[in-house]
Amino acid sequence: MKEFLMIALGILLFVVIFQIAKASEYVSVLKGENKTRKQNNRINAFMLIGLLVFGLIGVWYCNELYFGKTLFPQGSASVEGEKVDTMLYVTIAITGAVFVITQVLLFWFCFKYQEKDGKKAYFFPHNTKLELIWTTVPAIFLTVLVVIGLKFWFKITGDAPKDAIVVEVTGHQFAWEFRYPGADKVLGKTNYKLYTAKNSLGVDFEDPASLDDIHVNTTMHIPVGVPVKMVIHSQDVIHDVGLPHFRLKMDAVPGIPTTQWFTPKITTAEMKKKTNNPDFNYEIACDQLCGASHYAMRGVIIVETMEEYKKWLAEQKSEYSTLFPAKPMEPVKADTVKNQISQVLPEKK
Amino acid sequence: MSSVATLHHADVHGSHDAHHEHHHHETFITKYVFSQDHKMIAKQFLVTGIIWAIIGGLFSVVFRFQLGYPESTFPWMEDIFGHWAAGGKLKPEFYYALVTMHGTILVFFVLTAGLSGTFANFLIPLQVGARDMASPMLNMLSYWFFFLASVIMFASLFIQTGPASGGWTIYPPLSALGDASSGAKLGMDFWLVSMAMFIVSSLLGGLNYITTILNMRTKGMSMTRLPLTVWALFFTAVLGVLSFPVLLSGAILLLFDRNLGTSFYLSDIVVAGKILPNEGGSAILFQHLFWFLGHPEVYIILLPAMGMSSEIISVNSRKPIFGYMAMVGSIFAIAILAFLVWAHHMFVTGLNPFLGSVFVLLTLLIAVPSAIKVFNWLTTLWRANIRFTPAMLFAIGFVSLFISGGLTGIFLGNSALDLHLHDTYFVVAHFHIVMGVASFFGMFAGVYHWFPKMFGRYLNNTLAYIHFWVTIVGAYLIFWPMHYQGLSGMPRRYYDFSGWTSFNMFSGLNEFISFVALIVFCVQLLFVFNFFYSMFKGRKVTDSNPWGSNTLEWTTPINPGHGNWPGEIPEVYRGAYDYAKDGKEFIPQNTPVGDDESTHH
Repeated sequence: MKEFLMIALGILLFVVIFQIAKASEYVSVLKGENKTRKQNNRINAFMLIGLLVFGLIGVWYCNELYFGKTLFPQGSASVEGEKVDTMLYVTIAITGAVFVITQVLLFWFCFKYQEKDGKKAYFFPHNTKLELIWTTVPAIFLTVLVVIGLKFWFKITGDAPKDAIVVEVTGHQFAWEFRYPGADKVLGKTNYKLYTAKNSLGVDFEDPASLDDIHVNTTMHIPVGVPVKMVIHSQDVIHDVGLPHFRLKMDAVPGIPTTQWFTPKITTAEMKKKTNNPDFNYEIACDQLCGASHYAMRGVIIVETMEEYKKWLAEQKSEYSTLFPAKPMEPVKADTVKNQISQVLPEKK
Repeated sequence: MSSVATLHHADVHGSHDAHHEHHHHETFITKYVFSQDHKMIAKQFLVTGIIWAIIGGLFSVVFRFQLGYPESTFPWMEDIFGHWAAGGKLKPEFYYALVTMHGTILVFFVLTAGLSGTFANFLIPLQVGARDMASPMLNMLSYWFFFLASVIMFASLFIQTGPASGGWTIYPPLSALGDASSGAKLGMDFWLVSMAMFIVSSLLGGLNYITTILNMRTKGMSMTRLPLTVWALFFTAVLGVLSFPVLLSGAILLLFDRNLGTSFYLSDIVVAGKILPNEGGSAILFQHLFWFLGHPEVYIILLPAMGMSSEIISVNSRKPIFGYMAMVGSIFAIAILAFLVWAHHMFVTGLNPFLGSVFVLLTLLIAVPSAIKVFNWLTTLWRANIRFTPAMLFAIGFVSLFISGGLTGIFLGNSALDLHLHDTYFVVAHFHIVMGVASFFGMFAGVYHWFPKMFGRYLNNTLAYIHFWVTIVGAYLIFWPMHYQGLSGMPRRYYDFSGWTSFNMFSGLNEFISFVALIVFCVQLLFVFNFFYSMFKGRKVTDSNPWGSNTLEWTTPINPGHGNWPGEIPEVYRGAYDYAKDGKEFIPQNTPVGDDESTHH
């Protein structure tokens, strides 16, 4: 019932507007078209200058309302992200100036040079000097932006430092899983064909390096102040490891591993204080449409001090020992597995 | 129906004494349905485009309800969408289907077919001085392939598993695997087949436009005397002809992967617990093929709007367009660069950073010709004598939006910033302003300006002014604050943000945006009403050149018949922009150069 009422009201409004529009057309015919046109011209010129003034106030007001809510006042949570922030401020400064100048000129010219009786437009078809100026000046400013941008880009996308902590991140519909290399600092091999409901990452447990690997779901722990390198996989469709607080993102593509690295500089606990938000968490947002629950593909990163991180890591059991609890986690065990296999398979020569 | 018949009679009468007379009797079918007259085909494209725009716009209103009011339910949605909105709340899968269809419809069916289909067809023969397109038959087929594409796409909305829902960019594997999303079942095949038809339509049209412009210009109409609309439509057609085939190949490979077990895009996949046998394909390959069309596509959408705005700004400023050759040169530069920047959509796919840097450089280079165009428009307005017709207001709005949206492109084209902004609402704001709303403004400007030539009647001015003012204010209110959401890293294509601590601070803003979007949509309906009402009942045009314009279309009769000019095609003696020259307000292109006339600077 309410909907019908709303629709009826809408149609009524439509009819009223239409009748006014129709009537004003008759009036314009009666008044003489020229006169009406001049009147319309004045009103619209005035409104255009109004659009400019209220538009610029609106831009300022919008900034007042929302800038505080963006991630920039709290600063980048990673060292590399600071470069992104600098780039943003430089770009805002340059484009902001251009925006204000060009919009002011546009609407001011519209107002100032509106049609007036007896006035003639100025015949000015071209001017090579002017055209050269506004080819070269933008080119210079853009060169500046490209140079700064690429300098940062190569630093951020360059090789991760040698001492970086390696974490494997795997996305699938609709969750994130993480794997740490364990004491040997080498991740065991994976093969998607080994996937089972239990061995969800398809880890090849014949690879001795896999035996001490740690597998956790959803929440990832990393220490503050140390570079972290993510090796990113996807098992099904394309996902994206979006890290807004660290100013980074990288796609997870099935069949093609990607990497990204960063150095977190603020712990989760510090950030809770800084943002006055006890619920604060660094979230991993999937940034590439990946299916019906794309919007809920959430991961959490806990940045903590080195001590806390080491303590947490020590508490984790290796995936191998959780999957095969009867067997103690020993490299010797791997040999046993191999022996068992070699009994079945003919020996290689 | 009776008014259609009246129009029919009037038109037949008007063209009765046409030089190039119809040798056969025109029936309703040959005149309105399988017409080969470029003007009628243009109107067919326009009306189909308007219908699609209403559907595509309505979809955005529906999913904005979900974004603005994620906690609420709307029983009427269940009445309309059935189990897709069980309990009055959209299902996520259907939300994504709406988003996908909104993008597909508006990018391809409205702003490509509806915009350049309409104005390339309508304006090219009229402005170059030709009786029709080079091949009226292929031109007619171009529309009917578009119609076929439309029918297939529309039918896909009614499939039980839903239409395609992987985004308008249809990245595989999501679009290749029915197990990954229900929209990737039958709906995706419909999408691909429909797009194949669409591409055929676009190629038939594009080849025709290029041929007509190159070969069928009237006597004296050298390339450098062409109006800027024709130049823009020319480069649009070149872009389409060179880039759409690449999308076709990409789409065909995707059809193979989906239905024939090939592995062009698939490798190492476990989906729904099943281990797939596909190995060795690359999901990124598709993105290269897609964006090799996808980026030129942005300019296919934008260039016609630029061309029409240039023409309309010059006519209503009563002043020559400033720097005609620079305008042509910058369109040319944009067209070339459009082919060299596609990978800026792929900075975060794991693309080689060095390759990325080349694309950064080429992308930011586009800002140079864009800046030239903006400053030339501004200089055209300087010391002008401006008439604010509705078309002129939309053209000014176009320039304003092009500046706003173009500048944010400098953020996104810079890979270091794209790391943070990629696939956030910043991108949504950027492309909606610069390619969505701006191109719509160009299209509206074109409709208001050439409506009298199309139908021999005027649109209602008051409704037009309401339309303009609500739309420009609404567009900025909707899309400007979205930049802030993007700066917060808020990802696009999210059905609900309330489960996130990082993105849930904008719920008030989301509600506001949805509310404004609803109002702006209603005002577009006002335009649609004005359009169809004025087509039959609008004030009649009495002056064959109502805007005091120089171009050739205004030398035809008020209701031109098939063949456009009843007598000889006029000869052209000058460029299209001799306004305010030698104290004369305007000098049409078919006026011979006088003895006392000053030489061009």
